[in-house]
Amino acid sequence: MTFDWMKIPYALLTLFIVLNYGLLLTALIQKIGARAGRRHGIPIWQNYVDLLKNYALRTHITHGVMYYLGPVFRLSGGVGLLLFVPSIYGSEMFSNLSFAGDLILALYFIFFGTLGMALGAGESGHPHAAIGVSRGLSQVTAAELPLALAVFAVALQYQTLSVTDIVAAQQGGFTHWTVFTNPLAVAAAMLSFLGSMMRPPFDVVLAPQEIPIGPPTEYHSSYLALMQTNRAIFPVAKMVIYMNLFFGGATSWPVFFVKVFLLYLFSAFVGVVFPRFRVEQSIRWFLIWAVPIGIAAILIV
Amino acid sequence: MRTLLENLKERFPLGPITEQRPDLAFVTVERETLRPLIVHLRDREGFTHLVLLTAVDWIEENLFQLTYLVHDRARARDIGLRVMLPRDEPEMESIHDLWPTAATYQRELKEMFGIPFPGSPRLDEEFILEGWVDIPPYRRDFDTLKFAHENFEHRAGRGTTDPATHMRERMGTQGGSK
Amino acid sequence: MRDEDTLVRRVPVKDELKKRVVKGPDGLEFEVDPIQDYYCDARPEVRPGSYVKIVEDLFNWARSESLWILGFGTGCGAIEMRPLMTPRFDAYRYGIQWRPTPRQANLFVISGYLSVKTLKRAIRSYEQMQSPKYVVGLGSCTINGGMYWDSYNTIKKLDEYLPVDVYIAGCMPRPEALLAGFEELKRIIRAGKAEGANLYAQNFEWYKANQKRVIHDWDMPDYNW
Repeated sequence: MTFDWMKIPYALLTLFIVLNYGLLLTALIQKIGARAGRRHGIPIWQNYVDLLKNYALRTHITHGVMYYLGPVFRLSGGVGLLLFVPSIYGSEMFSNLSFAGDLILALYFIFFGTLGMALGAGESGHPHAAIGVSRGLSQVTAAELPLALAVFAVALQYQTLSVTDIVAAQQGGFTHWTVFTNPLAVAAAMLSFLGSMMRPPFDVVLAPQEIPIGPPTEYHSSYLALMQTNRAIFPVAKMVIYMNLFFGGATSWPVFFVKVFLLYLFSAFVGVVFPRFRVEQSIRWFLIWAVPIGIAAILIV
Repeated sequence: MRTLLENLKERFPLGPITEQRPDLAFVTVERETLRPLIVHLRDREGFTHLVLLTAVDWIEENLFQLTYLVHDRARARDIGLRVMLPRDEPEMESIHDLWPTAATYQRELKEMFGIPFPGSPRLDEEFILEGWVDIPPYRRDFDTLKFAHENFEHRAGRGTTDPATHMRERMGTQGGSK
Repeated sequence: MRDEDTLVRRVPVKDELKKRVVKGPDGLEFEVDPIQDYYCDARPEVRPGSYVKIVEDLFNWARSESLWILGFGTGCGAIEMRPLMTPRFDAYRYGIQWRPTPRQANLFVISGYLSVKTLKRAIRSYEQMQSPKYVVGLGSCTINGGMYWDSYNTIKKLDEYLPVDVYIAGCMPRPEALLAGFEELKRIIRAGKAEGANLYAQNFEWYKANQKRVIHDWDMPDYNW
């Protein structure tokens, strides 16, 4: 097997584009949320400033090895997710390091960051962090179920585990997209999407008004900055998966930007309309509404 | 209210009675009468709610006045029971077994006035003040201004805003009666 | 000068903070000294900025444009901070955010009167913040005691206990005054003069002596991270 070394700088280029896009996108979504509340909202470059400031803080303290590794795991979860799925279909430059079984790897990476975070936050020793982690893990696990079901349904439908092949099967007009050929699977996945985006109504884990801010309570300066970097990359990477699996992928960067933006906007709209769920409510909600849809999707396929 | 007070007079030795409003009266009672009276009010007359328990420092008479205000929700009326305690020996019986909330009031009174209520739960724990080292601060012989000047740094340059002083300074010796 | 020994009247240490022997779940006995074991009490150090001036200027600009306030309302002034989040004042557009934990915050707004009991918590919160950190004294009470000038339980002069960068006068200052104060703080930070954390480290003994003079039940280490 030959490996094309040129793929690595190309993948890093993707990472760079996605990082900037993610920073601007989250700021834009926050601005939209602020406008819904009739505020001006943050400046569009605020995320860059925050990031720079946090890297520039002069002191930081540690609580142990896992405390260091928590943000690192989290960031590698986001970066790994991005690197192993093709971001632009049909482009040699931006298909990244995708390979035949990358769908399974992607599913794993979605969970990986959360687990790393759990270990790191647990080591920080703050009771709020521990409560936040237990809430976060239970909610993410519940939200992951419908996604896994939907992914299996899609994999069965196209008889492949390669994201590239799934995108290829959806080309040729939007009626070929999974959202029209297998609407049940997409419905289940979109409900799970709401749960994993950490926006209202499922943001009790990170909500500052609840247990103050949850898992990252003890994280500060560069640790926090690493996590902020991840917070820019990870949602975009996740939305790339969704776009590839359900919405026909993207053949160029503009299409990519628009599709990811619309996906993010979907969760933001739900977020400004609905109030926050408690964890046990949200788990029940996922199990009652999203999981049956996912099972039905598999049965129909 | 009038009939209730008449009733009470027959059963208990009551001190002076003030009828503030048709639905509010204050009765002064002895230290020993308070408990039977308040139990009677609570169990027989329907005064089920302890509104407040507070104290006043009558330093001139050398007395502390405790006020127990109880409320009859069904007939919407209140009775305040006043107990006068000597300042030198202000111990009072605890009523935390009648109303659990009273324990909190009693902790506060212990800390702020130094009135002990033996048997009240967590009585000796700090309530609001932490590490208090002087006499209880709500007693009127506690000089709060002197304490503040001894304990805290003050920023220089704070003038008086007392109108009498101001006028005296402005008008020389003619102004003011003092 | 006042006599230190007569004024520093110590209160006995609470039971749960005394040194004691604890038996673990596996039967092992070990000694616990809460004040030593539960805190890291390394002294604060002076942290110089970057040596390259242009880098430090860039960092200072970033710090000034991203003020994260610790959500700790010490007095009635806290009520004047809340309107800043609302559509009318919307402090977020100036890069001001509220953080729920001292670890992530840079700016400590002492909002109004500070009782001795709260001062103890405020000192701990301040020391847990990461440098560079700033303190804004809000309202007259922090400047000279304000209407609590003769109170037995509130401090009168905040800069005796914490290094203050900006005072905002008023009783209470309106949200507009707060915004103006924050803009002033931004100017100070950009000029590189907001080095409160270093001042605190330099004059550590002086600050500690002042703090211990009013906090009679000092039951924490001298510096807690």
